[in-house]
Amino acid sequence: MDETKHRQHLHQAALGEQFLIEQVDIHGEHKRRLLDLGFVPGAVIEVLKASPLGDPISYRVAGTVIALRKEESELIWGKVMTS
Amino acid sequence: MRTYTIALAGNPNTGKSTLFNALTGLKQHTGNWSGKTVNLARGYYEYQDTRFQFIDLPGTYSLFSNSADEEVARDYIIFEKPDVTLLVLDSTALERSLNLALQVLEMTDRVIVCLNLMDEAKKKGIKIDARKLAKDLGVPVIPISARNNEGLDILSEQLLLMCTGQTTTMPYRMKYNEEMEAQIARLESELRDIFGSEYPARWLAIRLLDGDQKLIATLKSRLSASQKGGITFGTAKALGSSNSHHSC
Amino acid sequence: MEQLKRLEALTATIPAEQAEDVREAIVGELFKKSRQLCSDAVKVTDRKLLYRSERLDRIFTSKLWGFPIMLAMLGAIFYLTIAGANVPSSMLASFFGWIEGYLTMAFQAIHAPDWLHGILILGLFRGTAWVISVMLPPMAIFFPVFALLENYGYLPRVAFNLDRLFKKTGAHGKQSLTMAMGFGCNAAAIMSTRIIESPRERMLAILTNNFVPCNGRWPTLILLASLFMAAGFSGGTQTLVTASVVMGMVLIGVVVTLTVSWGLSKTALKGIPSHYTLELPPYRKPKILNTILRATLDKTIYVLRRAVIVAAPAGVLTWILANIYIGDSSILIHFVQFLDPFARALGLDGFILMAFIIGLPANEIVLPILLMGYLATGSLTEVTDMFALKQIFLDQGWTWLTALNMMLFSLLHYPCGTTLVNIWKETKSAKWTFLSFAIPTAIAIGVTFLVAQVARALGWV
Repeated sequence: MDETKHRQHLHQAALGEQFLIEQVDIHGEHKRRLLDLGFVPGAVIEVLKASPLGDPISYRVAGTVIALRKEESELIWGKVMTS
Repeated sequence: MRTYTIALAGNPNTGKSTLFNALTGLKQHTGNWSGKTVNLARGYYEYQDTRFQFIDLPGTYSLFSNSADEEVARDYIIFEKPDVTLLVLDSTALERSLNLALQVLEMTDRVIVCLNLMDEAKKKGIKIDARKLAKDLGVPVIPISARNNEGLDILSEQLLLMCTGQTTTMPYRMKYNEEMEAQIARLESELRDIFGSEYPARWLAIRLLDGDQKLIATLKSRLSASQKGGITFGTAKALGSSNSHHSC
Repeated sequence: MEQLKRLEALTATIPAEQAEDVREAIVGELFKKSRQLCSDAVKVTDRKLLYRSERLDRIFTSKLWGFPIMLAMLGAIFYLTIAGANVPSSMLASFFGWIEGYLTMAFQAIHAPDWLHGILILGLFRGTAWVISVMLPPMAIFFPVFALLENYGYLPRVAFNLDRLFKKTGAHGKQSLTMAMGFGCNAAAIMSTRIIESPRERMLAILTNNFVPCNGRWPTLILLASLFMAAGFSGGTQTLVTASVVMGMVLIGVVVTLTVSWGLSKTALKGIPSHYTLELPPYRKPKILNTILRATLDKTIYVLRRAVIVAAPAGVLTWILANIYIGDSSILIHFVQFLDPFARALGLDGFILMAFIIGLPANEIVLPILLMGYLATGSLTEVTDMFALKQIFLDQGWTWLTALNMMLFSLLHYPCGTTLVNIWKETKSAKWTFLSFAIPTAIAIGVTFLVAQVARALGWV
């Protein structure tokens, strides 16, 4: 429990914030897809914009823009970068 | 006149098909390759009395056989051994494009990289040092804009040079962590023993570590076919694909 | 077999459970190297230019403007298609009429028998000519305009804006893209569902795609809307009202799509939404001429060719059915009389239902078959005169309810033959192919029945 307190998931990052990915807690084919798109441990991504209805949210990753639903972003762990 | 085979690889939406159309015009047809459900477009292009057959591989984010598209693109490069694999990168999203490029460089020496959408990159204020990139990657890097027909002459020239063996490349090979490298080294020498120089042994070793069952299955079926005399290594006839491959 | 054995022995030494970690390590290293290469070779001169796309997204996907802009774009496409297609359509129709005159003269000159002239000219030629003159102009406008929007990069934003709605119904946001493709051709859209990676969501997209009206159904919707809904207006206002009614139909289709997706997610296709990633590529100014040329070659000509191939034999079949008599009426009329009681309950009539049934191979021939039946001449008539056309309908006892329910039935009924074949090819399942036929049909019957009964009970007609 202690560990999760310090860790944040991607959905907790606010619009405009940078986020350092440490772990992708998704498995199987979907994880491989996310990895290919650049959601890899060590990558820093930026929270861009929410859809008009609040979800999904778009992220800048590896020089591209990819949108994820809340269900996915809550399983991507890491920390918000303070710039 | 000799025909050289050029495979076009790249991410989706990088203008790969635009380049394919720009070069081959209306001399195209689509067909199935080796019984896969994925259709490959083929087209012809002549440059300085040389004929190039272009194969437009499916646009993919990687070549790890996550999907039928990726498997087809990957298998084509490994088993058909095109004379050149032409990597079409998106200059406006180079980081992700390079991820695919690095994977191809593990598979073959005969690679030319084009930085497509240079016009868009310029508009967005992105400057790419192609010479530096070529040095780092160890293969020719050519900035183009397929939709404006820019850079296609230089590209054609480079294709000709590589096909006729006048360009040598020193492709950058990825290095992984120590533990993986140790395992790779062990597998690599075994694999070289089994397949000789038929397939890139280091790349095979990495795929084996990655647990790529589809590739292993394909390799096994090719091995048993070759022992029955169906396939002789070095040709690709049994895949039932390009009969015009390397013909006059 | 020695090599094979060695390969097997070698693969056995690799623990399978480490594969996922290995993959993560590999891709992690690949991206690390990519980042390093980029930082060495790429320079960004102006951050403002770099993020232009994101600034546009702030408008196109904004809370306030996202949906209004989407609706406006959709409306604009419909308006352009309807307004632009009018004149060329009637020009083509009179052109074919002119040719037909000469063909008929030629038949008379060689003393060809009446039945041959009937089959070839009144059946085959008129059927084909109708399809070309009614379908070609709207398609020649719709597909290129749509391709321009696609190449500009707007369509993924639609998927982004709408995803929440699709998620609530258990579907994938990319379904909105396959639906958009359905505006052109449902059969092509079924193929395009391949962009949805997860099988469950893909099946939802396949089963509901039909609720988006395709090009074959547009002429029906547009014609009935302009004859019966927009009759009281003139000129530009009329086109505007027609476009609004057609758009209303589209919105009904969207609501039905979402409802059916939701229902299936709760029953036959249970499961949680999975595998969601959507790329929002940068906006790019499309090469206008090139895009128009490609869209025309790849889409317009392709769909038209298919329609003609189907329409030609259907024209022949209808002519034969209408001209072979059993007792004192033709086979066609017997069939119509059989359907009539049921059709009346749906607010339609026997001829309309007959036209939908014979029109199974292709939606674009439904209206011509209907007219053929009404005129009992057994051949298609020209529709250059709108007043004459409306009079034909009124003579048959049509009211606004008949028109509305025919539009609803057209929007909601079973997919065309080609689409069903494609669904079979893509799913390889008799069950799902049957459901893709049965679900829309049940909904079309249910909705038209309800509307007819309510309208009659309230004394509106």
